[in-house]
Order: sequence, then C-alpha cells, then structure tokens
Amino acid sequence: MSHRNFIWICLLPLVVVTAAFFLLPMAQLLAVGAGGSRGMSAYLAIITEPRYRATLINTVVLAAATTIATLVIATIAGLFLQRHRFPGRAVLIAMLTFPLAFPGVVVGFLIILLAGRQGLIGAITAAVTGEKVVFAYSIFGLFLGYLYFSIPRVILTVMAAVQKLDIGLEEAARSLGASPWAVQRDVVLPALGPAFVASGAIAFATAMGAFGTAFTLATNIDVLPMLIYTEFTLAANFAISAALSIGLGVIAWAILALARSMSGGAVAAAG
Amino acid sequence: MSGIAGHGAAVHIENCGKTFPDGTQALAPASLDIVSGETLVLLGPSGCGKTTMLRIIAGLEKPDAGGRVLFDKTDMTAVPIEQRHVGMVFQSYALFPNMTVAENIGYGLKIRGVDKAARAARVAEMVALTNIGGLENRRIDQLSGGQRQRVALARAVAVRPRVLLLDEPLTALDASLRDRLRSELNSLLRSLGITAIYVTHDQAEAMELGDRIVVMRKGAIAQIGTPREIYFAPQNRFVAEFVGAANIVEGPVSDGRLTLPGGWLALDDAVDNAAAVAMIRPETIGVVAEADAFLRGTVESVAFIGDRERLVVTGAANKPLTVDAPNTINVRAGERVGLSVTPQAVRVLPKED
Amino acid sequence: MRDRLIFAGQLGFTLLVAAFLVVPVVLSISAGVTVNYFRGIQSGVTLQWVVQVWNLYAGEIGLSFLIAFATLAVTLVVGVPAAYGLHVKGGRLSRVIEEIITLPLAIPGLAIALALLLTYGGFGGFRQSWLFILTGHVVFTMPFMVRSVMAVFASVDIKTLDEGAASLGASPWTRFCNVIVPNAMPGILAGSLMVVTLSLGEFNLTWMLHTPLTKTLPVGLADSYASMRLEVASAYTLIFFIMIVPLLVAMQMFAEKGEKK
Repeated sequence: MSHRNFIWICLLPLVVVTAAFFLLPMAQLLAVGAGGSRGMSAYLAIITEPRYRATLINTVVLAAATTIATLVIATIAGLFLQRHRFPGRAVLIAMLTFPLAFPGVVVGFLIILLAGRQGLIGAITAAVTGEKVVFAYSIFGLFLGYLYFSIPRVILTVMAAVQKLDIGLEEAARSLGASPWAVQRDVVLPALGPAFVASGAIAFATAMGAFGTAFTLATNIDVLPMLIYTEFTLAANFAISAALSIGLGVIAWAILALARSMSGGAVAAAG
Repeated sequence: MSGIAGHGAAVHIENCGKTFPDGTQALAPASLDIVSGETLVLLGPSGCGKTTMLRIIAGLEKPDAGGRVLFDKTDMTAVPIEQRHVGMVFQSYALFPNMTVAENIGYGLKIRGVDKAARAARVAEMVALTNIGGLENRRIDQLSGGQRQRVALARAVAVRPRVLLLDEPLTALDASLRDRLRSELNSLLRSLGITAIYVTHDQAEAMELGDRIVVMRKGAIAQIGTPREIYFAPQNRFVAEFVGAANIVEGPVSDGRLTLPGGWLALDDAVDNAAAVAMIRPETIGVVAEADAFLRGTVESVAFIGDRERLVVTGAANKPLTVDAPNTINVRAGERVGLSVTPQAVRVLPKED
Repeated sequence: MRDRLIFAGQLGFTLLVAAFLVVPVVLSISAGVTVNYFRGIQSGVTLQWVVQVWNLYAGEIGLSFLIAFATLAVTLVVGVPAAYGLHVKGGRLSRVIEEIITLPLAIPGLAIALALLLTYGGFGGFRQSWLFILTGHVVFTMPFMVRSVMAVFASVDIKTLDEGAASLGASPWTRFCNVIVPNAMPGILAGSLMVVTLSLGEFNLTWMLHTPLTKTLPVGLADSYASMRLEVASAYTLIFFIMIVPLLVAMQMFAEKGEKK
C-alpha cells in the first residue's frame, strides 16, 4: 500500500462521519428553513419580524455585556495571579478555573441556589433589610449565569497571555518614566489585545448559543436559543426554528472567524 | 555639545549585595564608583551577578539592607526606576509592539509631558543619530534585528538620561552585524559623553567599549581596571583565562627564574624563592632557533588561522603552550624550537587555593 | 505602602470572584446532604437524598457513561488517524476539512441537534436508540480530539520521525502503530479527557435528541431541577460533581504539564 493511499484511508472515516452526521444535516436544516410557508424570507424573519428582532437584540446585548464584564474581571484577577506569588495562590487558581466545563444546566441551578427563592442572597437580604431579594429568574440572573461559565475560560487565556508577555516591556516603560498606571495602559493592556479578542469572541459566541442556563432558570426571558426551542417543540414551527438556528450559527461563527483573522490565533467556542 | 546627551551623572554604589528570597546570593556586597561621562563595562560569564548589579543601579532590584546607590551624591536607593531618569537598553530590546518606531522613541518624552512639536524634533534628532531614517512609521515586527537594536538605543537616549544602562545589547545579533554595531555604538557613546554602564559576557565587546572593565565572577568583583590593565596585568587566574587566551605555567622559583621542564623563564616581578604560577599571552611568545633560547619544546601542531599561525608546543612547560606566531613563519609539526619570552610578558599570579 | 494597597485590593477582588464561583457549589453540596434545606444544616445531615437520586436516576447515570465511552471510542478510532492524515497531507484540502470539522465548536448545539432531528428523526429505530445521542456527541467532541492530537504533531516534527521509520523499511501501518501513536500519546490523552468530560456534561444537544427511554445524566439533572425538591436536585448535582471534578482536575494538570515543556 502506498503512503498516499494510507493517508486517504486515515482520512476516510472522518470524512464519512462528518458528511453523514454534520454536513448532510446542516444542508437539511438549510432546506427546511427555506421550505416553510415564508420560503426564503424565513431567513430574514430574524430581522424583519419585530418579536424575533427584539429577541435577537436581547441576546446580543446580553452576550456583549457578559463578554465585557468577563474580560474586565478576568483581566484584573488574571494579571494579579500571574504577577504575584503568595501562599494559597495555587488553591485560588484552582477555585477560579475548576468550573471550566460545568454544563449550562448546572450553572443555572447554582444561580438559583445563589439568588433564587430559597437562595443565599435572598436569605441574607431578608435577615438584614427584611426584604427578600430574588433575581435568579430575571435577566440579571441569566447574566450572572453566563458570567459564571465565562470567567474560568477567560482567566485561563489571560493568565497564559500574561505569562508570555516579555517582562522587559514593562521594565522598559518604567525606565522611560512611566508610572504603574501608564505601564498598564500603554504597554500591558495593548499587548494583551489578541488574547482579549480571542477569549472575548469565545465568551460572546458561547453566550449567544447558551441554552442550558436559560432553560434551567425557566423564565420568560427571551433569548434566541430559548426562542428556537419553543418554536420547535411547542409551536412545531420547523421552518422558523431552522432559519433562526441558521441565523444564530452564522452570527456565532462570524464572530469567531472575525476574531481569528484579527488575532491570528486559534479561536473556538465550547460548552 | 549642549545636550544631545544631557549631562551624565557620577554613580556611586556602596555595599550593594543581592540575596533572593530563596536564599541564593546573586551578588556579594560590592562597592563601585563610576565617573561622570565614563563607559564602564560589567564583564563576566552568565550567573556572575553582572545583570543583578545593573538592575540594582537601574532600580529594578532593591539591594539588600545596607546597600546604597547614589547619582551625583543624591541617594537613589529608595527611588523607583521610573523616577531615576535612566535610559535602558534591554537584551530583548523590549520595543513596544503596539507602537511605531517613532512612537517608541518618543514614548519617554510623551510620559514627561513634552509637547508634540518638541517631541517630533527630538525623535528626528535620534533617528538621524542612530541612522534609521525612513523607518519612523514602521511597526516593530517589520524591523530587522539590527534596526531594532538602533531603535532601542534611540529610545533610551531620547530622554537625555543621567545614566545609560545597556544589558547585553548586541548579544541577540549575528556575528558580523555585532562587530559593525559595536564600533558604531562605541563612537556614539564617545560623542554623547554620557555615563554608560554596559553589561556583556563578550570580552571583545568589553575591550572595545569600556573605559574601565569590571570583571565579575560568582557574584563578586574579580578585578577592576582599564582594558590594558585587565589584559596585561590580570590579578588572578580567572581574569587571565576569561579575558583573552592565556598560558598558565607553574614551577619552582629561584633567583628570579621560573624553572620549567623545558628550561627557565626570567621574571620581572620580585618573587620569593618558592613555587609560583604565571601567565603568558600566546602572542608575546617568540619562536626562535633552539640554540638561541633558554626554553625549548617540540611543535605538536601548526594551524593557519589567517592573520597568524597558531602553534601548540609541548615539552616546554607542564602543559602544552599555545603560541601565536606571525603567519610568515615556517615551522612544521615535530620540529624542535626555542621560545623567547621577555620578563615583562610573564605575569606572576597570586596563589589560589 | 501604595504597592501594599494595590496588592490588597487586587487580592480582595480576586477572592470575591472566587467566592462567586465556589459559594454556590458549596451551597449545592451542603443542600444535597441536609435533611431540610429550608430549616438549614441544623436539621441534620443525611445521605437519604443521594440514595434517592441513585434509585431514581442510576439508569441515566449509567447511560451517560456508556455514551461517553462510546463517544471516546469513536473519536479515537476516527479522529487519531484523521489527525495524522490531515497533518501529513497538509495543503488546502486539509485546511478545508479541518475548518469544517471545527464548525461544531462555533455553531450552537441546539442548531446541530435540530439539523440531526430534521434529517434522521424519521428513522424510528435509530431515533429511539442511544446511538442517536452518540452521533450528536461525536460531532460535537470530534474537533477536540483531532485538534489536540494535531497540536502534538505540530510540536514533535512527526513528519521527520515518520520518514525516519520509513527509511528503516517500516510499512505505513507499522509506522502508524509504532511511531505515530506513541508520539501522539500526550495529545491523545488530553483529547480523551476532554471528550469524556464534555460528553458527560453535554446538555444542549442531548436535551433535543433524547427520548423518555434515552435520558442522560444532565437530562436527568434538568428533570430534577424542574420537578424535584431542592435537596434531591442538589444531591444529584453533588453526584455529578463527584464524577466530573476529577476529570477537570486531571485536565488542568495535563494543561500545566504541557505549558512547562
């Protein structure tokens, strides 16, 4: 057997599996999206239909807010953890990164325990002010849930980027008279730019498509994945749900592709 | 010369040592004086403490308790680097990748609040001085190694520092470029008249650039002197062998003569009648007819290395002697030769344990 | 003094973030072993909820492991040779294939699940069996295996090793077994950990693909969150943590080892 043939044999199973269980279904999804009563215009419904458009805007705003908040939090914590050595540091890093692969449903439940009807925050506020604060089922609960699963991943990326940063850059800026704040502003943050773009895009795309958390929090918050789910299972509106999923997929993919072309690194969503 | 360089400070280092938190002593307490306008080279193998010394002067490391750093008699020990008004060139250059060449050079001025026009003028001056015209708007990743080195130098000098600190600035370059930039750097430092402290492990760099050289070893100063003193009058075996090539010979001394297996050497230095260790530079040994010399040996190998002929001679001393002879010499391996060495060329070294 | 303040401020902030991540987990664990969460821990500590969960959901937990290891088997058999093929072949076609198999990382699981349902939902036997969920998990986890192995190939210059073995007369198949796979081991292990962890916790796809008879652990979790008392839901979550956290720890250790190299 020639080496060339051997390589093809190596690739064949992957090509078959991908074609049968990914490409073909995706093509079917496209066809179903266009096959409803609206025809091709189903693909525009995500923008033209006010209800869908409002949901899309909700989802984008929520995902953007999550991304920005996560980047700020992860940068402060990641810089601190990578630049200082102190007892307990390893434990702290472990605490900040172990929820890395918690499924969205579990995160939703954790938010309920934190801010739900029987939650910790409710109990504390009831004891302190006499009024029970419950926000797990609001958009802020959802935001907190998205924050929960974004933070570990982004902290890891930021820490890795800080580690690769040439410490000489900071020393050079200081030798030229820059104050600690100026060093951060002019040198450190710009140097972390690619890491911000990459991890921010992942956080954004993941938040756009997150389903489990919204599902567990079971509110009437309209985010795109919940809308697709209800259109499909409750309204049996296959064409619209297919068109909406394609729209969601394209947005998530486009964000990641854009980030990849900007940062030049490998960028992928997960979870 | 009003101010391409500003004025150079005199630097006084007093009892500066450095012990790291894990207990290793990178630098034993040392004192050093650097005259205003002088170029001082810290020379030594890696791990000798030279970079630690430089970083203490820069303010990037704090000396152990009791150590002090003074610029022009002002105590700077507690002053952070950003207020010391130094210029520093890093081995990695540490150029800011998010800024253009011109922005890099002008960064220190911008931080000091210098207005745009004055900044542009100073940047232009630096660009001309370091010969990088036309690169002002380039990004850092579009520059070659030599260009980066010049930008790093321009950036450090642009702020008219009181002291210019250079940490192995040529090490990252390939050999031919290094030689060219070394002589450029030399004339630049001379014309600026700036106080400069230069760290290197390369003795050729140290010789060419240094007004004085501090040879360091294992966290301590081995010798301080002009390049000539270091080369011809090393105070110990380490300096003799680290700077240039050296033959180390040893044998008993009587009446000003050092006796060796192949004869004897006349000594210039007054030495007690006892065993002694001495150094002879290869190029100070002359090859003569066997009958004309007090020291004789057998040529083991002859290597032509261009500007000279390198001979290895056995039987003369306890160990084979390296001799650099003119490239016109005509000897062959196996021949018996005489070696002539003037008393001034034999440097007796202090005994070491 | 100023440095001290900045340090304390950053430390306090970081501790706060850690608390945000850890406190709910602690709440969940304690709720899972408390007799009555509403009355608090003084009502007593019990394993009755854990036992109840086990009685109710052992089937779901078992199925999740079955699917996770089946997913691992498929991604190993399909993904490792493919990673080698893609690395050695190179060129535009390889990049296109890599790009396509990586797409499921960008496209939300919900969309992939819908696509699978709309395509294969009509095949009753397949739709009813756990193999249907397996296909979803394979599509979702495959890129992690392939990329993890390819990352190793890129760092050990596998091409030269392969050519070296070929110059000694080894056939492609022998080379693959004796040279390629052993050298790809770190990537295969890291990829395997990732695949099993992701498959055990996968919900977005699985929720759409499951049937009443093919429920997995996370599907059961969602079920218990919706219909069971808080203590039972917490006990179930506790069981999930016990299964997933060792995998996450192993993954972290792997990542750190990789960085140190």
